Amino acid sequence: MASTIPAERGLRRVIGDDASIPDGEVDGLDDEGLLELYRSLVLLRTYDERSVIYHRQGRIGTYAIYWGHEAMQAGSFHALADDDWIFPSYRESAIGLLRGMPPATILSWWRGHPAGWWNPADYNVASICVPIATHVPHAAGLAWGKRLRGEDACAIAYFGDGATSEGAFHEGANFAAVMRAPAILFCSNNGWAISTPVSAQTRAQTLADKAIGYGIPSARVDGGDVLAVYEATRAAVARARAGEGPTFIEAVTYRAAPHATADDPSAYIDPERVEEARANECLGRYERYLRRHGLLDAELEQQLKAEAADVMRAGIAAAEAEPKPDLGLLFEHALVDPPASFQTDLAELRRILG
Amino acid sequence: MAERFLVEAVNDALHVEMERDADVLLLGEDVGRAGGVFRATAGLRDRFGADRCVDTPLAEAGILGSAVGLCMAGFRPVCEMQYDAFSYPCLDQLITHVGRYRWRTGGTMTFPLTIRMPYGGGVRAPELHDDSPETYYVHTPGVKVAIPSTPADAKGLLAAAIRDPDPVVVLEPKLVYRTERGEVPDGEHVVPLGKARLAREGGDLTIVAYGAMVPVAERAADALASKADIEVLDIRSLKPLDEEALLASASKTGRVVLVQEAARTCGYAAELAAILAEKAILDLRGPVLRVTGYDVPYPYWSIEDAYMPSAARVVDAARRLLAF
Repeated sequence: MASTIPAERGLRRVIGDDASIPDGEVDGLDDEGLLELYRSLVLLRTYDERSVIYHRQGRIGTYAIYWGHEAMQAGSFHALADDDWIFPSYRESAIGLLRGMPPATILSWWRGHPAGWWNPADYNVASICVPIATHVPHAAGLAWGKRLRGEDACAIAYFGDGATSEGAFHEGANFAAVMRAPAILFCSNNGWAISTPVSAQTRAQTLADKAIGYGIPSARVDGGDVLAVYEATRAAVARARAGEGPTFIEAVTYRAAPHATADDPSAYIDPERVEEARANECLGRYERYLRRHGLLDAELEQQLKAEAADVMRAGIAAAEAEPKPDLGLLFEHALVDPPASFQTDLAELRRILG
Repeated sequence: MAERFLVEAVNDALHVEMERDADVLLLGEDVGRAGGVFRATAGLRDRFGADRCVDTPLAEAGILGSAVGLCMAGFRPVCEMQYDAFSYPCLDQLITHVGRYRWRTGGTMTFPLTIRMPYGGGVRAPELHDDSPETYYVHTPGVKVAIPSTPADAKGLLAAAIRDPDPVVVLEPKLVYRTERGEVPDGEHVVPLGKARLAREGGDLTIVAYGAMVPVAERAADALASKADIEVLDIRSLKPLDEEALLASASKTGRVVLVQEAARTCGYAAELAAILAEKAILDLRGPVLRVTGYDVPYPYWSIEDAYMPSAARVVDAARRLLAF
């Protein structure tokens, strides 16, 4: 029988504050591993900041900003093996970068261009899920399927605090638990579902409490602490591989940027909390940690940031160099074996449009 | 060949297809230990084990959503929705993901899943055990839909659905699960999607129907036999539709009565009528008439027979059309 482990109340953290809280360390993570995490954080941050600019320049469409969420994404990602599957929400649109997906692919997705479509099996990264929480059952099913096949791989699904109110989250979590699926349910709790605060979302004391009802153990971590996120996800992955089923991770942060480029949070958000969150943002915290431990200097920092900026410049150039798709694409890909009417419709459309 | 009831043919198809392909999994509520509330899945758990005939939690969106993930892991899941109207929670997954995911991957990943469910009224059941939800499914791009009316087609269309690389919904007429009995080919039997079945040849008027309305159409044809020579076209594959068979029959008889038990407005018969209006107008000798359920919630079963299209209503429509 599954045992039910109550949610931890406090937030796990590893990175200290350079004052009263000392730095911890993560077993098994050597200097190279620590710098790998940093490279990923820099790449994700650069992608996000450049994307907001590209949006303002009219070079990409509406974009879901993830500024301040990089530690949750990079920290959890680095606990995975290449065979493990990632089910991103739109907030993790760029997580494929960490699996070698070209930035032009993801930028094309935000440009509404078919070059932004990818084969999930090429990267073990599912398509970006736009509706809320509906990909949680997909991750449960994929992970269940991997167990049935006797494979070692697990699946991680990313979703926000608001998603834990959706039926799909609950059905997916329950399926994962009942099927002993090797899945990690990763909740990026940034306090806000567009304008709805967590306090209006639930009467549960923590979002991790919701996992208790499904017999799913959980961990609560400081979402701005990349090492704490890494460590918690690594433990969840180990549980999954050991056949112990899913784990729920609640990573807590405060959303310091708009929900998306189309959102103006000034109407609802607390500006002081935003200032505080920005001052304590995850990349800066990790840089200070690395400096305290002699692993990062200004030269290396500048070098990595310049490299990431180059990657993005090349990425947007490649995305913009994609030719405009032919309208024939309207009728492709929905079905292996399309009906004859698609040809008729296309011929008529070409005749009218000339 | 063996004589089987329609529900037995469904069971036979599942046995054959699960035997044939180890990637076929069956998921649903009460499909394993109980063998399904209609016994459609009887014996499968014993034969193939609890990992391939899976009793799931009561969560239709969870069943279909996890089936999407199972497809990504290389399986061909067959999802049972216990009843027509209990399938509505799965429409979220169907509309937002099942019909779109292949497109979303630029055609690089297929989702060969099947949804099957008993549908339709006339069974003296409580509310929400009687719906004809085919329009919701047919209206969803990226999804195919079939509805058999005979035991042989129940087997063959389900086999085609399971083997199809795209998502297919098969609605099974539960009213005739254990009244329609007929010869069913043994072993592998596939009825291709996209082909209608000419149930009865005639020259004066065509009754177009599917599922449990096919026997109603045939009874109406019998009742009219002394007056007119009635053709009955069993559509059986709603999407893709065998437009050629529909237009050929309309061209031959010039008179078409469409029968569906679902509510009228925007029902499947409306689509058939639109196609006839677009492509057969000069062949028609009178208006295309519909005999359908009404635009009301499916009624209390004590008066459901008045709601369901009956042979008498079909005969009435046919007479009006013949006299036009």
